[in-house]
Amino acid sequence: MSHHIVEVTNLRHIYADGTVALQGVSFRIHHGESVAIIGANGAGKSTLLQHLNGYLEATSGDIRIGDTPLSKTTLPDIRRTVGMVFQNPDDQLFMPTVFDDVAFGPLNLGLTGEHLEKRVADTLEQVGAGHLSDKPPYHLSGGEKKRVAIATVLAMSPDILVMDEPTSGLDPFARRQLMDLLGKFHHTKIFTSHDLDMVLALCERTIILHDGMIMADGATEEIFRNEQLLAAGRLEKPFSMQGCPICGGRLNL
Amino acid sequence: MESIRDLKQLDLLAGGSTALHRLDPRAKVLVTAIFIVLVISFGRYELAALLPFMIFPIVMVVLANLPPLFIIQKILLVTPFVILIGIFNPLFDREIVIQLGALGISGGWISFTSILVRSALTVGAAFILIATTGFTAVCQALEQMGMPQVFAVQLLFLYRYIFVLNEEGSRASKARELRSCGRNNLSLGSYTSLVGHLLLRTWQRAERIHMSMLARGFVGRFHARRQSRFGRTELWFVLGWVTLFLLLRFINIPQRLGSLLTGVSV
Ligand SMILES: Nc1ncnc2c1ncn2[C@@H]1O[C@H](COP(=O)(O)OP(=O)(O)OP(=O)(O)O)[C@@H](O)[C@H]1O
Ligand SMILES: [Mg+2]
Repeated sequence: MSHHIVEVTNLRHIYADGTVALQGVSFRIHHGESVAIIGANGAGKSTLLQHLNGYLEATSGDIRIGDTPLSKTTLPDIRRTVGMVFQNPDDQLFMPTVFDDVAFGPLNLGLTGEHLEKRVADTLEQVGAGHLSDKPPYHLSGGEKKRVAIATVLAMSPDILVMDEPTSGLDPFARRQLMDLLGKFHHTKIFTSHDLDMVLALCERTIILHDGMIMADGATEEIFRNEQLLAAGRLEKPFSMQGCPICGGRLNL
Repeated sequence: MESIRDLKQLDLLAGGSTALHRLDPRAKVLVTAIFIVLVISFGRYELAALLPFMIFPIVMVVLANLPPLFIIQKILLVTPFVILIGIFNPLFDREIVIQLGALGISGGWISFTSILVRSALTVGAAFILIATTGFTAVCQALEQMGMPQVFAVQLLFLYRYIFVLNEEGSRASKARELRSCGRNNLSLGSYTSLVGHLLLRTWQRAERIHMSMLARGFVGRFHARRQSRFGRTELWFVLGWVTLFLLLRFINIPQRLGSLLTGVSV
């Protein structure tokens, strides 16, 4: 299915205050690929992701999702295809209860009654937030908010999943749970993260952004073996690839 | 600040499952609107005639199984504003209209009390409407009853915006408090910068929330979770209440009762 291809050509973005956040980024992500976008704080990761469902408008350059170029007219369709989890879950939760929030998307897609209830309940269960269903989102802990925010997007069953730092703020168990969940999601996935072990476990491909430019794009393991490259991008090897300081051996992930 | 946040709890109450909750939102909106219009339509010195109208909020609270104290607290929340509006009446309007023994009550005090009672009744009715229906469903009902969709959606955004502004505000004031080391004097400069930041942040955040709504297939239409139709129950609900309201409005029951007891006809 060519529908799940993401193609970005020469994307530039200059913020209103003159900050050049992206200066000519190009890549092509194929159907079913799982790609990590990593880089230092301020490298432009969030800026890049926010272009993929039209939240930000490119200063110049093109974005294609499947066969469809991103433009004003195609935006509603593209937004249905690309599910986006924001870096800050507070931006994503706005309904009175967790249930209502997760139901918001499916309702817009036309689901009602039992189908709706089931979809919401299943999705919340998937992210381990079934027990939060009746709570108001603003009474949740940071990690719980994150899980619910992810559920709101999963409930729309998007073809392409885009996530900005999905595991930040999650406890180790929830992180593992999310990693398992993402592992089972067979559509195209793109996410940014500072959790390099997760990147290693989930993504066969990694793109390093540095000062708004692509510094490296290739197989995750190769990139993580290149220490010079990592240092230049203000990054480090994942812990699981570093020697164990206690036993001297390698961890297995 | 905290109290505005509590207002959101009203919406939570709408998740209840009493017969009143399940009633079509249009019926509740209609009855509440008529109630409010009739209560407001009383003359400014009218007080006794307003009291029987309390039956509506009381019955609704009981039927919907709402926590009465909570609703009363929320009503008290708006009283300062009402007092501000009405407080000049007793000052300017000193003509004695009721003589109770040695105590003369001026028209100003009566109209002031009347304003208080009227605001408590109308605000209470509006809160009860939200607590039994949910704001989203209220907006949807308004739209179904002919309000242009744009307005209904704007109304909903406005409502959400209040909460966003409030959340950002409490966050900013907490941050300021923590960094001011207990000193509580805020210089004008830092105050304007705080307010400026607050408005900017609220605006940006509202924008991001709007974005996230669009990302989830929002096309300017709200869907209520509960499907309902305006059936026979709704019709009876509306007819029953409206008849009662009209009776209460045009027949002054306390006065009738009074004259019945004292045998003096008015
Ligand atoms: N609204 C904005 N206006 C102006 N500049 C901005 C805006 N948002 C981000 N920037 C700037 O753009 C650059 C890239 O920001 P971006 O949020 O994409 O970084 P990031 O890679 O996601 O960082 P992090 O790892 O901290 O999340 C930064 O230098 C930032 O200061
Ligand atoms: Mg970011």
